[in-house]
Amino acid sequence: MLQRLEELTNLCGVSGDEGSVRAYIKEQAAPYADEMWVDNMGNLFVHKKGNGKKIVVCAHMDEVGMMVRGIRDDGLLVYQAPDIDAGVVVSKRVLIGKNKVPGVIGAKAIHLQTDEEFEKIMPHEKLYIDIGAKDKADAEKHVKKGEYICFDTKFERFGDGLIRAKALDDRTGCAIILEMLKQDYDCDFYAAFTVQEERGLRGASVVAYALEGDLTLIIEGTTANDMPKVPSHKSVTTVGDGAAITIMDARTITLPKMVNALKETAQKHDIPYQMRKGTKGGTDAGVIHKAGKGSITGGISVPCRYIHSTISVCSEQDFVNAFRLADAFIKDKKYEEVLS
Amino acid sequence: MINRDMLKNVLETYGPSGHEQRISEVIKGYLNGCCDEIYNDTLGNLIAHKKGTSGKKVMLSAHMDQIGLIAVDIDENGFIRVSNVGGVNPTITIARDVVFENGTKGVVHFETEKKKAGEATLAELFVDIGASSKSEAEKCVNIGDMAVYAAHYTDMGNRISCGAMDNRICCALLITIMQNLKTEHDVYAVFTVQEEVGLRGAGAAAYAIDPDLNINLDVTTCGDMPKAAPMSTGLGRGAAIKVMDSSVIVPECVRRFLVDTAEEKGITYQMEVLRGGGTDTAAVQKTKSGILAGCVSVPTRYIHSPVETIDMRDAENAVALFLAALEKKTRIENRT
Repeated sequence: MLQRLEELTNLCGVSGDEGSVRAYIKEQAAPYADEMWVDNMGNLFVHKKGNGKKIVVCAHMDEVGMMVRGIRDDGLLVYQAPDIDAGVVVSKRVLIGKNKVPGVIGAKAIHLQTDEEFEKIMPHEKLYIDIGAKDKADAEKHVKKGEYICFDTKFERFGDGLIRAKALDDRTGCAIILEMLKQDYDCDFYAAFTVQEERGLRGASVVAYALEGDLTLIIEGTTANDMPKVPSHKSVTTVGDGAAITIMDARTITLPKMVNALKETAQKHDIPYQMRKGTKGGTDAGVIHKAGKGSITGGISVPCRYIHSTISVCSEQDFVNAFRLADAFIKDKKYEEVLS
Repeated sequence: MINRDMLKNVLETYGPSGHEQRISEVIKGYLNGCCDEIYNDTLGNLIAHKKGTSGKKVMLSAHMDQIGLIAVDIDENGFIRVSNVGGVNPTITIARDVVFENGTKGVVHFETEKKKAGEATLAELFVDIGASSKSEAEKCVNIGDMAVYAAHYTDMGNRISCGAMDNRICCALLITIMQNLKTEHDVYAVFTVQEEVGLRGAGAAAYAIDPDLNINLDVTTCGDMPKAAPMSTGLGRGAAIKVMDSSVIVPECVRRFLVDTAEEKGITYQMEVLRGGGTDTAAVQKTKSGILAGCVSVPTRYIHSPVETIDMRDAENAVALFLAALEKKTRIENRT
């Protein structure tokens, strides 16, 4: 499972450009799938046929990233970076377009900055990407406007059982679901790997209509704000404290019976868990639960520090425990209590 | 016509967004015997169906959830940190008493070191439930539990003040309407969930019912208090027929139908243009291939506070308007 997380996080899959992630998952899931299809938006569905309730597990394939907006006369690229903190991107390595043209995000050097500029975070508009081109004509040989820009961060293990990689949100979910596809569950089992979650739960908005599942488990990488000087009530989750169970975020309130069922499952199997304390953010559950006639959703997450940046950090144990919790919930048929 | 004991009970019952089971049961109790079927859907919407013969389906709706606070952390000394469920004003919440689902009582205060009450954010508020340690607090409250403003039902004659008036007054109206309904139409009374967090329940119910017409009931703000933001609606001026708010524009034909009904029957009404805020009508209108939807509102002062205040005469007018509208056989059609 860790091996697959490494391979998944090293792939580029910015929202709208999930092709390589989808191809990887398709190949990995093929041996276990009864049927598999990609819908018009690019969502990948994997079906393992079975009797009884229709249970869906869902993870999004996309990651945050940027796009080439233009090429300057001096060969430097201007870019679009929705919802990415400009403070984290300076001097970071990126890969551009299908050919993975390497680049680096540049800014005015410290020697040239005014005192005022030095004090502030430089906005994206003042940053640029250097691909080593000598001028516009040279740059145009390698990149085009509208090409995707992905952070060039390689998966590594470090510290005491920690992982640092990009796109842990939500390749952790993708890797967990791939592991779940190997299991035998006594239900009609679907995996939905969605697109464009980071741009507003767009892919998932059609998932509920395609599958009409009885219950959907969303497996996510979520915010861990367990940083120095952050008080406990603002930490959201803590890395190493176990799989996080979602109670409420900005898009979904998990029904109490679903929260309790996940808690009871964790307790029964001695799976370390924590309650996700934050009420902000959103997951694919936000659009799935209220689609059509409405359905039950639940959320299990892997706490990740520095989410939505060039690099994030999670714990191997939390990752494994998130799998164990999702797996036990379905193996135990705990969903039957929620759906009764 | 509206039974005040029933109203009081409906107002005082616990039920923040996503935790509507108790209020749903209470409402169900008042509807037994006057409906052909009554059930909850997957999200918890309570649906009371009274069969008709006209072949037309009318969905009446009122949300039954209320705003609240959700426990997100408990500190070593037993203080509970909270986040908002729906539109909670931190200043108004300070120095209030609250209650959790299991009856645990608490009071809300804030970090006084750096700020005054008017400046405190919700993250700087905490609930004191009288516990002196984390372990003592955890016997009563767990992370994820929700609290609501304690209900203080204040009967001032024609006018009544209480928390959760938004939208339990309309739940009480819808109960009264169903108890007195004379119609040939197929009527579904839907008490929706999770309106306060973004109109989440109503769409699913409308999707399943697929009505020909939806008329929603909700509260709306007033402009008749000292130096209030300008607003046409005021207490005692009648049932408010919604023209628009920030979530919905009611089709002219639906609005006209309600106005004509009020005029014909001599029911006091006022027109409502709500500057901010939204209502379930918006979610229903955009369901499936589009549903004709309108809204009748009960003008309410001090919305989203523990002292939401209404005039019972407006409420009675709203009931009369619904009963008259449902007795009619008029076809409502969008036309230019």
